[in-house]
Amino acid sequence: MTSLIALGILTLTAILLLVISLVTRNSNPRFREIPALTRLIRTLGLSVEDGKRLHISLGHGSLLDERGGSAFAGLAALRIISEKTSVSDMPSVASAGDPALGLLTQDTIQAGYQAAGVEELYVPTTSRVTGLTPFSYVAGAMHIASNENVSTNIMIGHFGAEAGLLADISDRDYVTLIGASDNLAGQSVLYASTQDALIGEELFATGAYLGAGTSHSASLTVQDILRWLIIITLLGGVVFKLFARAL
Amino acid sequence: MRVFTAVIAIAVGLMVLFGYFFAQFTDIQTLLLNWAIILAGVASLVGIFNLIAVHTDKVRRAEKGSVYSALLVIALVATFVFGLILRPQHQVMQVLLNGIILPVEATLMGLLTVTLLYAAIRLLRRHADVMSIFFIITAVLIFLGSATLPFGDVPLFGTLIRPWVSQIWALGGARGILIGVALGTLVTGLRVLFGIDRPYGGK
Repeated sequence: MTSLIALGILTLTAILLLVISLVTRNSNPRFREIPALTRLIRTLGLSVEDGKRLHISLGHGSLLDERGGSAFAGLAALRIISEKTSVSDMPSVASAGDPALGLLTQDTIQAGYQAAGVEELYVPTTSRVTGLTPFSYVAGAMHIASNENVSTNIMIGHFGAEAGLLADISDRDYVTLIGASDNLAGQSVLYASTQDALIGEELFATGAYLGAGTSHSASLTVQDILRWLIIITLLGGVVFKLFARAL
Repeated sequence: MRVFTAVIAIAVGLMVLFGYFFAQFTDIQTLLLNWAIILAGVASLVGIFNLIAVHTDKVRRAEKGSVYSALLVIALVATFVFGLILRPQHQVMQVLLNGIILPVEATLMGLLTVTLLYAAIRLLRRHADVMSIFFIITAVLIFLGSATLPFGDVPLFGTLIRPWVSQIWALGGARGILIGVALGTLVTGLRVLFGIDRPYGGK
């Protein structure tokens, strides 16, 4: 029964995603304002002008489990960021705490340079695997944040409480920090340590806000529809239980 | 080439997904997941080579902090060689693990505690709003209900207020956030599965 429900939700989501992507492919999406993402968009332009680099941390989410979702969302954002900052004197640096994610990071940055038409400027060492455990990864990422002329740290991916260390080093070096994690502990630490943290599903909106394409904005619409369906189901369940008890 | 990689990724993704719902695909799903685990192991080696390449490059260019980079490369190579010769279960390797790696991670954990305390103190300077006040009140209530105090438990906190806050309000909020994350993960996964997002194969 559970697998049937899961299959139903999956099929419904797939159909909604395809239909909404097709219907809205020529329209101009409008989003509500998310301060962290507004700041991120502003940062992209400023980094090219002031000759400093961006550091994009993609966390230590494995691609073989459920943490892969946040890693893929981070890669989608990285693709846009690398394309927009590829002509900067100081190229953006990306760090990952999972080897497979590190490989995809290299591919994604290279794709961004190719899309901008400056593939010859791509430097393979701008994407790095800094450690294979959460703390060793963050220790390596802290080194990049404080020693490589970074103006903004962008954390998008799977981070636990160790995100606090990266947030602290950014604070001490007056580096802007934009943080998003799919992990509850990571989210609460980022909320307490940063000016603007992305909470919950806002992490998955990054691509759409950066202009990654119709499919990303369609994804937000699908998420909204599914959220309303869940709310209706929960409320329906409560009402049904109340009536069943009364009868 | 890009189309070829996309076809392989989509086909493998669909077969693994079908394995969760249809018994006919279970064997191929297991096989593909085993291959993925082997590839992840190989990727670990590639990741380590990337780490070595980045840090040897820093040493070569005598960048700021290159001493630490040299130390990292030497320690990494030494651990790798000793691990290959002696095997991970050997006493020397256990001493390396228990005497260096675990204490270093524990130190970072200790440092994190101080960092988080500092972040909590500075929270209201960053966001002077209702959400931050609720955040701090919730944290204080949970601490008062769970901390071991010299004069014993605070009446009602451990037995009534902490469970009420953590099991009803905090758990409800956490579930809401996790549902949002799950929906985001689902849609992102489908985008990758359909080949709309292709973080592989270049271009």
